[in-house]
Amino acid sequence: MNPVLRTVLQRLGLGAVTLLVVSVVIFSAVTMLPGNFATAILGQSATPETVAAFERSVGLDRPPVERYFKWIGGVIQGDFGTSFSSAGALAGGHERTVVSLVTPRLWNTLFLAGVTAAIAVPLSLILGMLAALYRNSLFDRLVNLVTLSSISVPEFFVAYILMLFLAILYPVFYSLANVSPDTPFLERLARVALPVLTLILVIVAHMMRMTRAAIINILASPYIETARLKGVSPARIIYKHALPNAVAPIATVVAINLAFLIVGVVVVEVVFVYPGIGQLMVDSVSARDIPVVQACALIFAVTYIGLNLLADIVSIVTNPRLLHPR
Amino acid sequence: MTELEYWTQQIKKGRISRREFMGRAAALGVSTALATTLLSEAGVAAEPKRGGSFKGGLAHGATTDTGDPAAYPDTATQIPFGGAMSSYLTEVDAKGNVHGDAAESFEPADKAAKWVFKLRKGVTFHNGKELTADDVIASYRHHMGKDSKSAVKSVLAPIKDIKADGKSTVVFTLEGGNADFPYLASDYHIPILPANADGTADWKSNNRTGAYIFVSWEPGVRAKLKRNPNYYVSGAPYFDDVEFISISDVAARVNALTTGEVHWIMRPDLKTLDLLKKNKNIEISEVTGYGHYTFPMDTTVAPFNNADVRNALKWAINREEILKKVFLGHGIVGNDNPIAPSVKFAYDPKPKYTYDPEKAKALLKKAGMANLKVDLSVADAAFNGAIDAGVLYQQSAKAAGIDINIVREPNDGYFDNVWLKKPWCADYWSGRPTVDWMMSVVYAKGAAWNETHWDNPKFNDLLVQARSETDEKKRAATYQEMQQLVHDDCGQIVIIFNNYVEALSKKVAHGQVAANWECDGLKIAKRWWFA
Repeated sequence: MNPVLRTVLQRLGLGAVTLLVVSVVIFSAVTMLPGNFATAILGQSATPETVAAFERSVGLDRPPVERYFKWIGGVIQGDFGTSFSSAGALAGGHERTVVSLVTPRLWNTLFLAGVTAAIAVPLSLILGMLAALYRNSLFDRLVNLVTLSSISVPEFFVAYILMLFLAILYPVFYSLANVSPDTPFLERLARVALPVLTLILVIVAHMMRMTRAAIINILASPYIETARLKGVSPARIIYKHALPNAVAPIATVVAINLAFLIVGVVVVEVVFVYPGIGQLMVDSVSARDIPVVQACALIFAVTYIGLNLLADIVSIVTNPRLLHPR
Repeated sequence: MTELEYWTQQIKKGRISRREFMGRAAALGVSTALATTLLSEAGVAAEPKRGGSFKGGLAHGATTDTGDPAAYPDTATQIPFGGAMSSYLTEVDAKGNVHGDAAESFEPADKAAKWVFKLRKGVTFHNGKELTADDVIASYRHHMGKDSKSAVKSVLAPIKDIKADGKSTVVFTLEGGNADFPYLASDYHIPILPANADGTADWKSNNRTGAYIFVSWEPGVRAKLKRNPNYYVSGAPYFDDVEFISISDVAARVNALTTGEVHWIMRPDLKTLDLLKKNKNIEISEVTGYGHYTFPMDTTVAPFNNADVRNALKWAINREEILKKVFLGHGIVGNDNPIAPSVKFAYDPKPKYTYDPEKAKALLKKAGMANLKVDLSVADAAFNGAIDAGVLYQQSAKAAGIDINIVREPNDGYFDNVWLKKPWCADYWSGRPTVDWMMSVVYAKGAAWNETHWDNPKFNDLLVQARSETDEKKRAATYQEMQQLVHDDCGQIVIIFNNYVEALSKKVAHGQVAANWECDGLKIAKRWWFA
């Protein structure tokens, strides 16, 4: 079997096992949330009978182990269950499935992450390479200063500052990013401009610094010395000889930042009123809508595991030595 | 003083109507435009105009929200679906009086144990179906019955039977007399829904009888509605369409208003309210509602089972200081009577509790204690600022020899694990529009939410007695006595009544703002218009 394929399959298998373990952790963590789920959903006015009726209708009266297997069994078949908010309060249905709740939110989040990544990843790679090329110059210091400052302040602060200048004092962009499914693409782009800008400022530093460090590290190797002695121009050395060998560490950092864009931007979503999946999860935790919380947590886990897997594969493919670990 | 100035002053004092003023002005040869300007300078709202798309920013809204009126958890459903889209049997106006809404009139019979509601003629649902008594019955049954999970199940529990008498008359038979029943019928949970063929109510189709027609809804994001051209109040509503957006972050909400993305927001940031007031395009609306923040004590547990100890604690709290420092003055101090001053039959019991550590000390002595050490459980889940209020209380009580130990409880699960379980804690009540309702829910013996576990035989007797009393004077006297009893003997500390603070663009105009719920009684979409 092709060694690359074998490694990929191996990793995939490991990923599946990890996911299973994560699902147990998610389920136990959610089960341990304080307070009674039924009263959290039905409100303070619920009588003991209504609480019992609700618990019966969603299966909360069963022991946790049984509930876990029922849940994970459904998930494997693509059935994430029904949101408590619709199953409970309402006699007789109009049920909202978890999938119907999560899908539009997930799509919004992926859109925001996609636009951000499309700008931030090339930007940080270019800035990193330039910083490595002109290291210790005024340019290098300036880029480092700016990106490190923007990563050092909390993201809601960056968001408010951008909002103050670009939406209130100089109304260039919208202060609310509350897109809806029927928002046309161009308006959607304009609406997300400020959140995208905020997220770029938050993630560029990490990727840029890693690119710079990885390239500078490689620039010290003997084969770069040889290239330089042959008279190859510095830009070409970095682009042609250093960058391909620096892909592995850069890919890892890019993967971490992409995962962050999907799972960790709830603060930015709240500030700009963007209907993303982070907001959905926070809502669901406070409303004790367990099926939605579990689905979101599982999506986040898949994102992390999947992107890390991808980064690993990229590292292995670009560095064949990793295929034969001793 | 010229003739015109005289009439301007008269209308300012409310002695003549707007119509009369316009007539007088026309007789004096004043143009309509000038007369309107004079009116707005005099602070008299102009006559409502139709047109425009209204956008509002709400502080609530979650993906888990449901459109079932049995739940309606917060303003994100109460305002668009309750206030704008639906109508109710009755409605409470800005002065706190109850009127017919979809009902034309209502009459008590049999010592208020029977209520006869006559429906308005010609009310139709948005799909054109005519409103009949069966729809009303189905709408009420939706909340009743053994398997009901409705938030108003206990409120409607005293209804023994609902019957239709012809097509447009509904008769409610109650277990006992209740002179306030028309107020209960205005509860935002009980909109009029169309009946299905099997007698159940159909809330899923969003087909209602109210001022606006459903367009779209994304739970936790936005709700869109458009004007109902066949609405039964002529001229109303005034906006062509309305959109309510959930903006839970307070800074984002204020920014949305200042950048013109929305015309109105609820709950602006109180800390920066003075800065917002400087904005020439923005007006602040503030009314004292029925909502109040409390520290209820369990009167069955020592040391709170001693009335002198309870009263010592009432004299040891500095309410003025808490109002000023924690709530920045947006409210009025409480006097341990849970009935807000704007509620009908409200009474201010004497003596008024103020901060008096000497009196507290004397009462403690009377109870045979030199000093007192008690735990007070607080969390901001009870109300925003509960912890700060508790700490200020701790400081002011020290002078009276009372050592209050502040226990910070987790916000998560506060109402499951702390409220009604710990002997002394913090709580919030949004209030009720009638004395009876508030007292029955929280202070009556055996009430599910009787957080003080207070059981005063005299009070309980008076409560039942007042319900079936239709003579207003006698009711007023009974309610006065009941409020005095709560004030003197109950374990409730009412810290303050909070204000409903809202901010709006000057493009929007409105009449007197109602205090029975937030957001002009939740009916902002139906009552407001573009200036």
